[in-house]
Amino acid sequence: MKMQNIWFIMKREFNGYFATPVAYVFIIIFLLLTGFSTFYVGNFFERGEADLYPFFSLHPWLYILLIPAISMRLWAEERKSGSIELLMTLPVSVFEAVLGKFFAAWAFTGLALLLNFPLWITVNYLGNPDNGVILASFLGSLLMAGGFLAIGSCISAITKNQVIAFVISLVISLIFVLAGFGIVIDFFAGWAPQTLVDVISSFSFLTHFDAISKGVIDLRDMLYFISLIAIWLFANALIVNARKAD
Amino acid sequence: MTLRIEIDDLAKYFGAIKAVDGVSFSVSKGEVLGFLGPNGAGKSTTMKMITGFLAPTRGTVRVCGYDVLKDPISVKAHLGYLPEGAPAYADMTPDSFLHFIAEIRGIKGADRKRAVASAAERARITNVMFQPIETLSKGYKRRVGLAQSILHNPPVLILDEPTDGLDPNQKHEVRTLINEMAEDKAIIISTHILEEVHALCTRNVVIANGKIRFDGTPQELESRSRYYNAVCVNVANIEQQAFETFLSSLDFVANVEQLSGSDGFRVYPTEGRQITAELSERIRSNGWDIDALHAEHGRLDEVFRSITLPNAESSK
Repeated sequence: MKMQNIWFIMKREFNGYFATPVAYVFIIIFLLLTGFSTFYVGNFFERGEADLYPFFSLHPWLYILLIPAISMRLWAEERKSGSIELLMTLPVSVFEAVLGKFFAAWAFTGLALLLNFPLWITVNYLGNPDNGVILASFLGSLLMAGGFLAIGSCISAITKNQVIAFVISLVISLIFVLAGFGIVIDFFAGWAPQTLVDVISSFSFLTHFDAISKGVIDLRDMLYFISLIAIWLFANALIVNARKAD
Repeated sequence: MTLRIEIDDLAKYFGAIKAVDGVSFSVSKGEVLGFLGPNGAGKSTTMKMITGFLAPTRGTVRVCGYDVLKDPISVKAHLGYLPEGAPAYADMTPDSFLHFIAEIRGIKGADRKRAVASAAERARITNVMFQPIETLSKGYKRRVGLAQSILHNPPVLILDEPTDGLDPNQKHEVRTLINEMAEDKAIIISTHILEEVHALCTRNVVIANGKIRFDGTPQELESRSRYYNAVCVNVANIEQQAFETFLSSLDFVANVEQLSGSDGFRVYPTEGRQITAELSERIRSNGWDIDALHAEHGRLDEVFRSITLPNAESSK
């Protein structure tokens, strides 16, 4: 594995987002939605507390919708245009290519997330929040975004059609989030053994993100997202290898 | 002679379809191998296996001594590849695209700039370096692909239909470029433009239905034609009938045929010999004036058809 190759591929892919208006449209929509959810859904002002919990707690729901839009092009476009034949006959390994693309999408998401800094300024202006908690939540949210992106990148390798990649990624992301939702848990709790209920809810993004959004970084939660990313990206590489020439 | 590409019993099956079925050949430095065959014959599939994009069902490919299955990265580092249709990243400019390729190819620092400039120069794309590739014409896109493939000055070049979709001037430029590079590289070019056999290739492999049907020089390919070294001849001051009888009586003539549409005859030599000089001498010694006399080359389209269509010979 050559780090340089990952970096070169990441750089190309990251710039690719900005070659078209897609990046700007995405960032604007993302900022509008985070703003809307923080103030109207999260009741930022009414709560009367100097923190960004209303901002972070709704991220899983935003990511379900927005992350597939970032990840859908990663491999589907490459396969559709045939440039995958070019990429895969350059002296790079599949894993380098998968990681390079993933990190590009992740960096782009990180950038979009950072552009919410006016919220941070606002909360610091209005009160004295615990900035350590905010930083921890930020990193946690980014880690969760990586989980969504890994799913989306893997799904993107299955099809040449970006719309299909978007829809399937969205559904799978939804399943991963909903697994920890009260309704789903209650549905299983009525008849399934407690262990199964625990397993299902332990797979949920919500369960693992809840503590993070309050600024509590638990090693187990981090491990969950990191291994989730690793597994989906590994599957991603296998799929690219198997289907690149189709 | 240094062998650069060695292919042994290469095969690729897609389910029941045998796209490539036991192909073996090798290419040395200085050779330009023209890979001919009808569409769907297995040319592109073979090239995809050589470049490590497709895994073969069986057989081995070695490029500069590296096995494509055991060390694909080394194989890819030693070859330049222009895939069919010259795919590229459409939203990049040729400049940023070629810089990306140079980075991945491990070309560093000032060399990178030089390599990009030189490849752009040779592929003649310097005037479009800062336009998005998607806005370029087909010919320019093809040449961007070509620039990408020669950027790192690879010892082995695999070009899948490099002149497809180019106008005659552009074709000429691309052929000139390939001829310039031929000396110190091993090159495989797939094409179904038969004029390129002469313009480019030192050797031809004809493939049909996944199998090699011919492997030899362009001259050998031509000599397969029944027109090879045939002579068209006409004389002014003698009756056609008598002239035909005379021609048939010559010992180096195998067959005589009346030309359609005009006076004169096509004379087929025995065993493909060159008979032009001998024939003209015999005619003159009879005191006849030669109206027209020219030797024919082999007709490649006819050879191509007879090699690639199993029943062409009998249905003619």
